[in-house]
Amino acid sequence: MARYERVLRALAPAVLLAVVGCGGGGGDAAGGDGGGDAAPAEMPFDVATAGNITGSVTFEGTPPPPEVLDMTSEADCAATYTGDPEVSWVDVSGGGLADVFVYVREGLDGMSFPVPGQAVVIDQQGCQYRPLVAGVQVGQSVAFRNSDGLLHNINASPTANRPFNVSQPVNMDTEREFAAPEVMIPIQCDVHGWMAGYIGVVTHPYHAVSGGGGGFDLSQLPPGDYVIEAWHARLGTLEQTVTVATGQTAEVSFNFTDAMLSSAGTPTDGTHDHGTMARVGGVAE
Amino acid sequence: MRSRTHLPAAVAALLSLSALHPSPAGAQDVEQGREVYEQWCSQCHGSEGDGLGPAAEYMIPRPRDFTTGLYQIRSTATGELPTDEDILRVINEGMPGTTMPGWEEELSGADREALVAYIKTFSQFFETLGAPEPLEFPGAPGASEERIAEGRLFYDSIQCFECHGAEGRGDGEASSTLQDDLGNPIRSADLWKAWTFNGGSTVEDIYERLRTGLDGTPMPNFSDLIDAGFMTDDQLWNLAHYVRSLSPEETPTPEEVIVVGQVAPGELPGQLADERWGEAESFYVPLVGQIIENPRWFDPSVDGVWVQALHDGSEVAFRLTWHDRSRSPDPGWLEWQGWVLDAMAPREGENLEPAPRPDGITVQFPPTIPEGMDMPYFLMGDGANPVYQWQWSSVPGTAAKALARGLDIYEPLGAEGLASEAAWEAGRWQLLLRRALVPADPASELQFEIGVPIPVAFFAWDGDNSEEGARGSVSSWYFVQLEEETPPSTYMAPLFAFLFTGGLGVLVVRRAQRRDREVQAAAAGIVLPPEPRPQMARNFGFAVGALWLLFALAAAGNSVGGWAAGQSDVGFWWAVIAGFLTIAASVALIGTARHRYQGPRKS
Repeated sequence: MARYERVLRALAPAVLLAVVGCGGGGGDAAGGDGGGDAAPAEMPFDVATAGNITGSVTFEGTPPPPEVLDMTSEADCAATYTGDPEVSWVDVSGGGLADVFVYVREGLDGMSFPVPGQAVVIDQQGCQYRPLVAGVQVGQSVAFRNSDGLLHNINASPTANRPFNVSQPVNMDTEREFAAPEVMIPIQCDVHGWMAGYIGVVTHPYHAVSGGGGGFDLSQLPPGDYVIEAWHARLGTLEQTVTVATGQTAEVSFNFTDAMLSSAGTPTDGTHDHGTMARVGGVAE
Repeated sequence: MRSRTHLPAAVAALLSLSALHPSPAGAQDVEQGREVYEQWCSQCHGSEGDGLGPAAEYMIPRPRDFTTGLYQIRSTATGELPTDEDILRVINEGMPGTTMPGWEEELSGADREALVAYIKTFSQFFETLGAPEPLEFPGAPGASEERIAEGRLFYDSIQCFECHGAEGRGDGEASSTLQDDLGNPIRSADLWKAWTFNGGSTVEDIYERLRTGLDGTPMPNFSDLIDAGFMTDDQLWNLAHYVRSLSPEETPTPEEVIVVGQVAPGELPGQLADERWGEAESFYVPLVGQIIENPRWFDPSVDGVWVQALHDGSEVAFRLTWHDRSRSPDPGWLEWQGWVLDAMAPREGENLEPAPRPDGITVQFPPTIPEGMDMPYFLMGDGANPVYQWQWSSVPGTAAKALARGLDIYEPLGAEGLASEAAWEAGRWQLLLRRALVPADPASELQFEIGVPIPVAFFAWDGDNSEEGARGSVSSWYFVQLEEETPPSTYMAPLFAFLFTGGLGVLVVRRAQRRDREVQAAAAGIVLPPEPRPQMARNFGFAVGALWLLFALAAAGNSVGGWAAGQSDVGFWWAVIAGFLTIAASVALIGTARHRYQGPRKS
């Protein structure tokens, strides 16, 4: 994949700007093997015709309280928190739900996009993954950063991609990339059983993770009809169809409820759920 | 051939050629492999290769799911497919520490290679990714004290202890939270038991595991760290040498007889920490899950106990040492218990819940020393033939005596006369048990006799692994034999024999020398007087030879006796003495027979 990056770097930064720091082309658009065709240098459509999607993810009902993490085994990490160390897997503020991976699941068949040159960083800080959920394009680097400076391992358990398990006993970055689309890939630290995270891998730049208020944007899409999927680690998935027209910004909203929390039947202790969650998502089209 | 890195380049080149040789598998290979797989592999790994054969749910770790293309033991980087050689090696040698046996002796080479071809068809990755490249790394530097010490420091600095524990017994902080790729509980390796390492026990094996990681388990790879310049190959070799140094060079083989060494009266160690234990011989007794009576237990935590025993003629003391990742009951292991029970127990129709359970160990004897091999049932006796037990539990932490008439059917005998001391540290229990040879109540308690093999068996439970009752580890019957007091004659007899033999030897030599003097005298024209009583001298020579031969036979008898009593050192040295005596006897007999006294020579 390094050669894609070289090609990309040789080209004008305008290409990067055009994909808003998100995309750059990996495998074929239908998301087959991801290792076949060379990534294109340019967007596969006239960007002057592009439209946008803006959206929000909301949560209805009573969110579960943040999960308190027992970090007694790792005092250095515990010390980075003012109160009890905790993680909010269902992170709701002002009705908006964060950490939802939103992406175009259908509607981009046959298109192949440039792969962004810059890596998506997943930091290990205070013995948690930050962010908990990240999106990346096939062939794009993910930089796993150890800011804690104590032993972590990054144990990725994909099914469509090859797994890996990397040791990081010191402050360092380890870069990896994924060859095939997969929603989602669980990552886990076995040293700190509570550390779980998810990476969504798609063939295109049209993916986002909802922020603190539940908002997200998918920019510069080719005009057309799309199926958008929203994935949440504890609540499962929702989908919406949307039509994008040139120069327009279409709106999409997803509403998760606390009923989905119980029906999802996912563990609530925030640990050791990778086996379960691996089966929640499907493979992105 | 896993020490491939040792081999000269030419041999390595040949090997890599042969590695390439299993050319793209033909349909015939795959079909042959399918037949072999169905017959020998599918019970565990499933007909679909998904690791869900009918026997799979009795196994932790579960059999490999071949559909993921994910393999623990590889010569390739993390996430890479294994080479054909890698797969073949696991088929040949099995995976120590798991239920996977080796098939090298069971299946033909062609069958095993066909299996490799067939197993690969379960995962698309073998088609899409092409042939993987083995990692290349330099050969092992020799072990040295310095390397091992450096490796120990490195072990600490990269925090291996998080999972493997401060002393490497698999008891790290994270060890109660580890799961494999299937979400089943998995134990971090106990580095003191190299014979249980999944990928083999040599330092090269260990190094390769460090480089490749064990994909599908929490064990990460360290090649990334070398590539990134955070560590060097040499440091990783030091670490491998340190890890290897924790285990004995050879896999301990159980001996049938546990020798209870004798010490002088009053010299019996009364405490665990007594230095005299350091000199006592240690006997390894392997333990296995109790899978005979319901509820059966297929996930035993304690897989062996080291037994040391001494007596002083009036009391006997045992020091038992076994590895256990936690001091049960430890609330930090409750979640682990839940995983273990989810994985193993539902089969028995039980509805077990995680609960604080203690650790325990039981030493079992027959109530009286049996005649011949007529021993009670090893699984805690039965109604007709009970067994006498010393039961120790971490709660309350003391030992008590009991008669057992079947699994979990006990008649308490109190603790009178049975002293105990236990300590858990860094993943290891040690327990001292001490009792008089003559019990308080000879009617129900074993009376130890010196010099007689006494059956003994061991049971162990790890409470934090949800073990109690029938769900635990067991051994079959072994024997303890209290060393007999050595009578003074044992020391006097060899001395006497030595002096006597030496004296006779001097006489024989003098007689031979007389002949030389005669020759010299004849040359000088001197006539010596005739040898007195030549026939008597001849008879004397034969007598000495015969005596030595008798001594040799006696020594040989002692040697055989020593071996039989399990005292190999005694047997060995008597064998040496017998050898020398045989030589001496042969020389005396043959020399005398060949010697003909010709009378004084005429000048």
